[in-house]
Amino acid sequence: MKSNSTGRLEKILTGGGFAVTAECGPPRGADAEVVRKKAEALKGCVDAVNVTDNQTAIVRMSSIAASTHLLAMGLEPVMQMVTRDRNRIALQSDILGAWSLGIRNILCLSGDHQTFGSHPEALNVFDIDSMNLLRMVLEMREDGKDMSGFELKTPPRMFIGAAANPFADPFEYRVIRLAKKIDAGADFIQTQCVYNMDRFRDWIHMAREEGLTEKVHIMAGVTPLKSEGMARYMAKRVAGMDVPEPLIKRMGAVPKSKASEEGVTICLETIAQLREIKGVHGIHIMAIEWEEIVGEIVESAGLLPRPQPES
Amino acid sequence: MIVGEQKSIAEIKNIVSPYKKVLILGCGTCVKTCFAGGEDEVAVLASALRLAFKKDGRRIEVEEFTVERQCEDEFVQESAEAIARNESVLSLACGAGVQAIARRYEKTPVLPGVNTTFLGVLEKHGLFTEECSGCGDCQLAVFGAVCPFTRCAKKLLNGPCGGSQEGKCEVDPDTECAWSLIIYRLKLLGQLDNLRAYVPPKNWCASGACGPRKLIREDHVL
Repeated sequence: MKSNSTGRLEKILTGGGFAVTAECGPPRGADAEVVRKKAEALKGCVDAVNVTDNQTAIVRMSSIAASTHLLAMGLEPVMQMVTRDRNRIALQSDILGAWSLGIRNILCLSGDHQTFGSHPEALNVFDIDSMNLLRMVLEMREDGKDMSGFELKTPPRMFIGAAANPFADPFEYRVIRLAKKIDAGADFIQTQCVYNMDRFRDWIHMAREEGLTEKVHIMAGVTPLKSEGMARYMAKRVAGMDVPEPLIKRMGAVPKSKASEEGVTICLETIAQLREIKGVHGIHIMAIEWEEIVGEIVESAGLLPRPQPES
Repeated sequence: MIVGEQKSIAEIKNIVSPYKKVLILGCGTCVKTCFAGGEDEVAVLASALRLAFKKDGRRIEVEEFTVERQCEDEFVQESAEAIARNESVLSLACGAGVQAIARRYEKTPVLPGVNTTFLGVLEKHGLFTEECSGCGDCQLAVFGAVCPFTRCAKKLLNGPCGGSQEGKCEVDPDTECAWSLIIYRLKLLGQLDNLRAYVPPKNWCASGACGPRKLIREDHVL
């Protein structure tokens, strides 16, 4: 779990701390101000900010560019990178460029399928998969070589993240896949949003049994619900998402004007439970187009002030 | 087999419309099996075209002929006289057949009447499914004889992705998740350990990324 990078996220996690990350989705446009505005809401309340890479396969400002805007504001980005849009040549080139710009964290993903996005008729690349991407970034860091074996003069030494979905099927394979991602290079894991706490507990229990929680920092994903409709939509329409019916009913039981408050309450309860689970080293708050709520959640959860590791 | 689907009458009508004499040339192998371009489909299409043009008040002569395989020159030559009598050929073979005909009869316009779709299996009557991409480096031994490269929408070799639910693919709920099938098969075979092994990136040269592929069999060269 050593990367020689100087990132804050790595310092907190390797120092045994409980990390907090949030998400910032770049805009469907070229205005840096949009990124800055979202980032401003996150400043001081999180350790690092994930910058999504054309999430849901919709064309947006690139994750490298948006990450750079964050850096300029003193925020630490976790650059997300998907293998859907770039082959191994472009991926490596972008990783070199990202490191040169000061980006120290990467989250390696395969990416949402293009049929869900704005360009369903596009060709997907998938030259390599997320597992191969993890190994590529690891080998750049540990061996100082690119995928062709070429010795890089200044290799990027990224702190490497991967995603895990404890709620997808087949369940028994989920922990094997986690182990594979750790072997391939993952230093930290950010999970799909946790609503089904029982299943999450089962998953992390299995991971602990295999000794995986000793090898990787698992950050549990949370997303505050805004309404009953959103809960139902996520349950039915978002692939790999598990929102139990009682939770949807609970969102529906409060007046509409109080629904987002209830969503935040549920989120805080979830965070409190997650913090008690051995092997959970942080939370990743994905407040989709609701970045301004993150500060309130982190504060109410008692996770402020964020630690300032020495540089 | 190679699976293909006949183009719509409207599209076929459009591409043959510059010509007064058209030979519809069937192929008696793969496209016959998938009901796209065998002798029967040639006859049905010829009648439909004649009717359609008659309705438009146009006189177009449509001749029918079918060879065993359009991708082999030996069979292609059998169509020489019929081709000579016509202004153009509408081939109901796969794309390879169309090009083989054009190669032999280079002054004749050869038009495609079929969309070649995939290498597949007749799963049940009327249902063909894509199973192979002809990638040139078969690793089915590792994957319990289910191809993730062809049957996973993301071509994941270290799958499944996070969108697999109840054995279905997130991209299409009517499609089985290839990785679900792989895991099911490996379980039956007692080979679940295969899942733990890291599968390295694919060498795409074997799949055609380095240009069109050739297969030379020295032992068969005359």
